[in-house]
Amino acid sequence: MATPKEVLVDPIINNNPITLQVLGICSALAVTVNMATTLVMCAAVIFVTTLSNVGVSLVRNRTPTSIRIIVQMTIIASLVIVVDQAIQAVAYDISKSLSVFVGLIITNCIVMGRAEAFAMQNGPWLSALDGLGNTLGYSVILIAVALIREPLGSGTLLGYEILPRVTDGGWYYTNGLMLLAPSAFFIIGLFIWAIRSIKPEQVEEAAYQIAPNLQYQEAM
Amino acid sequence: MPEFNKEGLRNTFFVAVVLCLVCSVIVSAAAVMLKPIQKVNQAFDQKQNILRAAGMLPAGAAVDVAGRNVDELFAEFDARVVDLTTGLYAEGVDPQGIDPIKMAKDPARSMALDETQDIATIGRRENVSIVYVRETEDGAIDKIVLPVRGYGLWGTLYGYLAIEGDLETVAGLGFYAQKETPGLGGEVDNPAWKALWPGIRLYDDHGAPAVKLVKSRSPEGSAAAAHEVDALSGATLTTKGVENLVRFWTGELGFGPFLDHLKSTS
Repeated sequence: MATPKEVLVDPIINNNPITLQVLGICSALAVTVNMATTLVMCAAVIFVTTLSNVGVSLVRNRTPTSIRIIVQMTIIASLVIVVDQAIQAVAYDISKSLSVFVGLIITNCIVMGRAEAFAMQNGPWLSALDGLGNTLGYSVILIAVALIREPLGSGTLLGYEILPRVTDGGWYYTNGLMLLAPSAFFIIGLFIWAIRSIKPEQVEEAAYQIAPNLQYQEAM
Repeated sequence: MPEFNKEGLRNTFFVAVVLCLVCSVIVSAAAVMLKPIQKVNQAFDQKQNILRAAGMLPAGAAVDVAGRNVDELFAEFDARVVDLTTGLYAEGVDPQGIDPIKMAKDPARSMALDETQDIATIGRRENVSIVYVRETEDGAIDKIVLPVRGYGLWGTLYGYLAIEGDLETVAGLGFYAQKETPGLGGEVDNPAWKALWPGIRLYDDHGAPAVKLVKSRSPEGSAAAAHEVDALSGATLTTKGVENLVRFWTGELGFGPFLDHLKSTS
């Protein structure tokens, strides 16, 4: 049985949902163009996952197996709508740039993964820590990606100028790739490489072996 | 009383119904309680967009050069409802109560556009729209802001076109919602590009919409240069979309009749 501390801290690096489990990539690509949207998205995911884990955990002894996924989805979806409404009320400009991605937290694999894999089996307190820990791990990666993408893509960080752009009379030619979603793919790939070089135990075993070519015609 | 069976039909229905009730109460409570704040935000955002298009509020700032805030500046504008078909002000219609973009989806309150008419690719055009007029002290028109929209590359661009009191010269153009490629078509939001718009002449000698987005502008001072704006590099379809939407909304099916009417009465 894991201690509360392990449940909270483990997912931040050792068992990171993005770099080890490779979940939640979709939103990691979409919202990391600038830091402000990234921070709001992280806060939203932390809120939703922590509370949905508590909610799912509270009703776990009552939930019939046949409708458990629907129960989880309903709890998650309700929390997401609440968060979406709150962001529209508090940070209207950011809600416009996040547009559909807050709503898409519903389909974020991490939220549902934690509900099904952890909260269905554990008590509310541990589940809350698990949700918090996993989403902190998610946030660490997202913030790191945004820390690279925003300065290189727009020359700014949180809207403040870091690298003076050519279009504003400076010297920095903005990197257009960093503004597009695929750049986050490359950055996350590099993170995974770095983490797995430092922690070789995270490297997965090959799922299958590729047979060598026996005859040169096979390659043709 | 039968023994509690978690997997039984009775419990399944019980859990489903109770969960739905609890969740719907939470969701509706959040929506109802936050609605007033959201309404305020949306109205404020719209005012800001109108003022920015009219060039009265610098990009990124909350106050103008004289330190007046959005509400003070916007108070100088008067929202009026225009019947796009006749080009006259629609009397007795409250601009607060209508949403032209929503009305464009209602067949009873909009007209379908055929392929040759629909250069901005908007499908249907609403019958009435709202314009924002700023008058000088002696009652002449100083600036007039028109809502415009049209399809770019990935989606519809929504914005405001501000026109000077002569009703022929652009005072500014700004979009408040667009889905164009960041860094390419998304440069429609670039202040440096938007700064090219003020002073552009909307109509040619025959009164037809003549705004053109070009790769290289005609020599300064020539008749053609007055209608030309630099295109966005690497964003051909967005550029075409912006050109078309400006032409559509200043043309015969857009605000053309309305502007003509204003010109003839002033």
